[in-house]
Amino acid sequence: MSALRFSGGVLAASGVNPQYYLAVAAVIFTIGAVGLLLRRNVIVMFMCVELMLNAVNLTFVAFAKMLNDVGGQVAVFFTMVVAAAEVVVGLGIIVSIFRRRKTGATADSANLLRG
Amino acid sequence: MADWIVFVAGSLLAITGAIGVISMRNPVHSALLLVLTLFGIAVLFVSLEAHFLAVAQVIVYAGAIVVLFLFVIMLLGVDRTTDEIRGEEPLRGQRPAALILGAVALIELVLVSRMNVIVGKPSVAGAADAARSNVEKIGESVFTRYLFPFEITSVLLVIAVVGAVLLARKPKNPLEINK
Repeated sequence: MSALRFSGGVLAASGVNPQYYLAVAAVIFTIGAVGLLLRRNVIVMFMCVELMLNAVNLTFVAFAKMLNDVGGQVAVFFTMVVAAAEVVVGLGIIVSIFRRRKTGATADSANLLRG
Repeated sequence: MADWIVFVAGSLLAITGAIGVISMRNPVHSALLLVLTLFGIAVLFVSLEAHFLAVAQVIVYAGAIVVLFLFVIMLLGVDRTTDEIRGEEPLRGQRPAALILGAVALIELVLVSRMNVIVGKPSVAGAADAARSNVEKIGESVFTRYLFPFEITSVLLVIAVVGAVLLARKPKNPLEINK
């Protein structure tokens, strides 16, 4: 599997402890969560949700590496499908909110169940 | 050494991109920095030997999802209203509270990730380091052990497509949607 070969020998695919990947994923997840709380632009909030989903994906792959199990990678595959569906429906909702309220561009303008 | 360089480069890409996403005032810039994050995570996937997912990450996220974001931003002209980050707080004290909660969550998550609490039976769905290629292993796993969830995702996608068409459709009569 290690297709990368250097003159000094075989390059191990990753000698980095997967725990460091978990720490990076934690940082990205927190940035996404804080952004979701701070920003009021609906589309940027949506991007923050994507950030959090990606951080969790990274965690799944790191655990797949730790436990030597391809099941974690399959879980990420399903997460990607769900994320794609979520983005499509969410952006549809955003488009319909913006169509009704020409000026309001923040999450606070969606304060009615039916408008 | 080389694997550390790859890890640090991927992490830096991902984290700088993520900080940029939440701090840029123009949503178009946020969307472009999201590509940076997604690419950094794809690099990390490669270094974790998840080659299929790295490719899928670039194609699905950077290729499709971010383009969809940009498309909606351009379509709606949201980039004109970019001043919200410095505007009024609808909830008093929301921003300090968000920052404090974020710091607490970060410390907690990093502490948990540093503890050795990884439990579970290794290689339930198949060894990740078997002699075959990564795509082959994922394919076998998806079409045998995870066949039913895989079929369910197709239903989910159909529902999402129908929902998106229904939501984004312009009603001929504006009152029709209220019936």
